[in-house]
Amino acid sequence: MSMDSMRGKSAIVGMATAGVGEAPGFSAMELLGQAAVKAVNDAGLKLQDIDGVFAATSSHAFPTMSVVEYLGLKPRFFDGTNVGGSSFEMHLLQATLALEAGLCDAALVCYGSNQRTAGGRLVSMSEPQWHETPYKPRHPITAYALATSRHMAEFGTRREDLADVALAARGWANLNPEAFARGPLSKDEVLSARMISDPLTKSDCCLVTDGAAACVLVRADRAKDLPGKPVYFMGAGGANYHRSIVAMPDLTTTAAAESGPRAMEMAGVSQKDIDVVMLYDAFTINTILFLEDLGFCPKGEGGRFVRDGRIAPGGELAVNTNGGGLSCVHPGMYGLFLIAEAVAQIRGEAGERQQQDCNIALCHGNGGTLSSQCTAILCSEAAL
Amino acid sequence: MTETDISKLGPQAAYEAYLAAGRFMIQRAASTGEYVFWPKVTSPTGATDLEWVEARGTGTIYAITVNRARSGAYNVALVELDEGVRMMSTLPGVETAEIGARVRARIEDTEEGPRVVFDLAGEDAA
Repeated sequence: MSMDSMRGKSAIVGMATAGVGEAPGFSAMELLGQAAVKAVNDAGLKLQDIDGVFAATSSHAFPTMSVVEYLGLKPRFFDGTNVGGSSFEMHLLQATLALEAGLCDAALVCYGSNQRTAGGRLVSMSEPQWHETPYKPRHPITAYALATSRHMAEFGTRREDLADVALAARGWANLNPEAFARGPLSKDEVLSARMISDPLTKSDCCLVTDGAAACVLVRADRAKDLPGKPVYFMGAGGANYHRSIVAMPDLTTTAAAESGPRAMEMAGVSQKDIDVVMLYDAFTINTILFLEDLGFCPKGEGGRFVRDGRIAPGGELAVNTNGGGLSCVHPGMYGLFLIAEAVAQIRGEAGERQQQDCNIALCHGNGGTLSSQCTAILCSEAAL
Repeated sequence: MTETDISKLGPQAAYEAYLAAGRFMIQRAASTGEYVFWPKVTSPTGATDLEWVEARGTGTIYAITVNRARSGAYNVALVELDEGVRMMSTLPGVETAEIGARVRARIEDTEEGPRVVFDLAGEDAA
């Protein structure tokens, strides 16, 4: 199977979220279950039709086992690849491979977390790195702050540029009734927020919310027979060099510089073809790094690129139109919510924030400490 | 622990045993000359003839942040050693430092055990 032979071979036919924001009284699996049931209904299928399960969570050692039991599934194929927040972009690739190989006929990709109501802290099963432990890093923020410090020193990126990322995200969130953090936000407020790990303040950090999401994929030929408007898998690619930030070869260039071109080659598209750009914004620096690494601007120019509302509503490039991890939702692992927004935009269901003629969306997932980078590109039938 | 005892340990335990003996040691592959940190069983190119060598102890700040905890602030830095490998560390003597600043290593005893930390160095550190 060649890479481009996977283009358009599967489609997301069902997509749902549950418990976005705060969902008191519900466990992570209960939220995941709600999203899964809604996604299967959205696809016009029954739970028993699901014979492929793809899952990663922050609270289950064996996520696919837990999901299978909870939903009463009997899958023929399952994959619990856990590469942090980018797992779900990788799951789209794995699911397409499995569907195309005939290993399953209906794939469920799912995630759920109650980290906000369960304690308000980032839940993680991530083990400490022994060579880092003596220095008491507070991951993930320490790692992202280190990368920010380097980007500022090398390229002159300013805290004001980071603030523009946060303000753009809030601008989009204000158009999204589902977003958790809505309301006015000024540049002064952002810049005077409490410093947590220099140069990152509270305003540079993603939210800590509850939330679950799920999608259902089938082979493209079958998608046409289902009730919803299919959103096609166009291409995906992953790249990963490190686990610990210590081992990241260059703190100003992520492996997205490889995953992005891989995904675009499979999809047969370039940056100018992308209508909506969904970037995993765990911290404001992420948006800047990924705009550069994915080729939307030259390396080092990300800070200047985001100025003057260029990625805010009404700007030149529609980035993180749901409000992002910064202002919409971030329940520990956010990757599937990038896909949810891409699907909403391509289906034309994004309400006030809907982009005109949105046919192609790029979802870029990030996992760990700028570690695993997975890019997936989705499209409408018209763009196939 | 004697040198012979340490030689029987895995790379992590050996590094920690050297530190406990007051020595900052890193690995070098005899065949390729590659330095390796953190300690492993192979170099990035696959060389497994790794031997322990005394780190020169000089390096440059590659990246730095200050963790502003309610219990107090401390910096966390990535230091590029002159051997060309990078490590996480801290500069206990200062609030923060410039990226590119020259630093010199020392071993600091803490309640959790010894660790390599750095101090700002003058031009003579090169």
